[in-house]
Amino acid sequence: MRFERRPKPSTLMIFLSPVISLVLTASVAMVIFASAGLEPLGALVTFLTAPLADLYGVGELLIKAAPLVLIGIGLAIGFRAGIWNVGAEGQLTAGVIFGGYVALHFGPDGGLSVLPAMVISGAIGGMIWAAIPAFLRVRFNASEILTSLMLNYVAGLWLTWLIFGPWRDPAGFNFPQSEPLAPAALFPILVECTRMNASIIFALIAVVMGWILMKRSFIGFQLKVTGLSAGAARYAGFSVTRAVWIGMLVSGAVAGMAGVGEIAGPLAQIFPNASPGYGYAAIIVAYLGRLNPLGILLSGLLMALLYLAGDLAQMSLGMPSSITGLLQSTLLFFLLTADVLVHHRIRFKTSGRKGVTV
Amino acid sequence: MSQILPILIATLIAGTPLVYAALGELVTERSGVLNMGVEGMMVVGAVIAFITMQTTGELWLAVMTAMLAAMVLALMFSVLVVSFRAHQVAVGLAMTIFGTSFGSFIGKSYVGMAIVMEPSTLSALASKIPLLGIVLGQLHPLVWLSWALFAGVWFFLYRTRSGLIVRAVGEAPSSAHAIGYPVVLIRYLCTLFGGAMAGVAGAYISIVYTSLWTEGLIAGRGWIAVALVVFATWRPGRCFLGAYLFGGATIAQLFAQSAGIGLPSELMSALPYLVTILVLVLISRNATLMRLNVPASLGQPFVAGG
Repeated sequence: MRFERRPKPSTLMIFLSPVISLVLTASVAMVIFASAGLEPLGALVTFLTAPLADLYGVGELLIKAAPLVLIGIGLAIGFRAGIWNVGAEGQLTAGVIFGGYVALHFGPDGGLSVLPAMVISGAIGGMIWAAIPAFLRVRFNASEILTSLMLNYVAGLWLTWLIFGPWRDPAGFNFPQSEPLAPAALFPILVECTRMNASIIFALIAVVMGWILMKRSFIGFQLKVTGLSAGAARYAGFSVTRAVWIGMLVSGAVAGMAGVGEIAGPLAQIFPNASPGYGYAAIIVAYLGRLNPLGILLSGLLMALLYLAGDLAQMSLGMPSSITGLLQSTLLFFLLTADVLVHHRIRFKTSGRKGVTV
Repeated sequence: MSQILPILIATLIAGTPLVYAALGELVTERSGVLNMGVEGMMVVGAVIAFITMQTTGELWLAVMTAMLAAMVLALMFSVLVVSFRAHQVAVGLAMTIFGTSFGSFIGKSYVGMAIVMEPSTLSALASKIPLLGIVLGQLHPLVWLSWALFAGVWFFLYRTRSGLIVRAVGEAPSSAHAIGYPVVLIRYLCTLFGGAMAGVAGAYISIVYTSLWTEGLIAGRGWIAVALVVFATWRPGRCFLGAYLFGGATIAQLFAQSAGIGLPSELMSALPYLVTILVLVLISRNATLMRLNVPASLGQPFVAGG
């Protein structure tokens, strides 16, 4: 058996490979359920539908999907240009720190302006955190993959220090958490009886803006060319340096905003680990969505469903909630494998002479 | 003098997992494969070793199972990137997310347990060696074995025919293939070796270094190992010494405390990551040095006859 490069990418496989990977991931999930002594198909159905049984569940889905979509769009812009920002987790944390500072500093005195100030400052925080690897890449040629990853840990430790030290709530019984944020520093709830708040609007705006940028703008075209071939881009006069800056800063800004969305939304308080790994999960979201804004919207909803299902599995089935990450990464594996068939076809060789094309 | 010895020993102990992981990754990268999944393989190695140790109490069995488990991941990785030619960075990231989640999934019920280690008979014997015994006796045999690994990797790459072939495969896979070397097989073997070493590194951390399992135990050491290979410009000697530089940065917290420096512990914990960034910058800024040393086909899929 060997792979043969297709003359042009298979359009069918581009759409089919996410479906194939979903089916395979569902089978893996069923194996896990079966090994835990559950009836596999029934458990899978419960796993995926129970979180959405009521309006509250739908609200939860949307507030989980929003940061994933938001960050996923930002990452996709960079990934298209071959910029590997894997530091969204740290950029989100920087957003929490910068936005959190504004929230704690003004408290209830900030009035109507405190929330916009938090969002802007969170975006700036994320951009600063993303600018470091961008600068090191552009100026010193240092791999943005490794530097942005290292900064994830640094940002996490910085937030831990703040919450265990200066930001610790004096009335918090020594729990590592900030004081509750003032109502003025929280996003308004959109639908009563849910936690669905106005921050999900940012995700929708990001989808539209991302679509315009990637599909309808010259910058988007330049980024794509840069990603396909840095040499060709340079020849056409497109600057790789600019692609690095755009890719990193855009994803940093949205990751920072997503961070604010967490503390000014469902958390309403600042904790040392404000993100349940959204920065990493968003990498999967971007890939599963084919680096396409509408695809990212769908894959973000799916990943969010896996988060909810993981929480549910923990509460009702007694399974570790890390089943979420397990299934998310399994999905990415299958997708990357199935994607091979976008550019290649399999040729089975029965003998040296005869070949069967599939 | 009485201050220096404990610092030296602590540095050796803290640097050892990086010696294993980075030397393994170095061999992998020399064959042209960029394995960004080391972190995930270390997590799986750590948790499997810990569970084996808890259930059997056999240290070497735990190390072996950790190696095997990490090699299974390395095999998955090889199938995807070497045979299927999937994007190496993307698969590596997926591997890390997978390994980290898999580790917390199967290690859930072991969080908070601790291992009581019997003093090693080998260490007791080593402590009888004159002069060196005072240092060796305090070090776990896995630490000395990492020195043997370094010597072995160095000898293999520069003094054996097979090592030459590995380097050739990393530099010019098409030429190596034309002469008749099995490029795909060699890349598989080198990636499996790298995975095995990541497994040992993980086992060392959970069993010897901390003697416990918790989420986030590996804490980016796998990524530091990948960075270390760049920092070492793909040479084993610099890789080996670099591991101890980071080992020193990891335990700087202890020095600072004993010296009465009242810096926040979080800042001290951030030090290895900051050092990694700094060193990467210092090495990467010299573009010529990088170009001269990086295996020419690193990260590139190999297509026979294409």
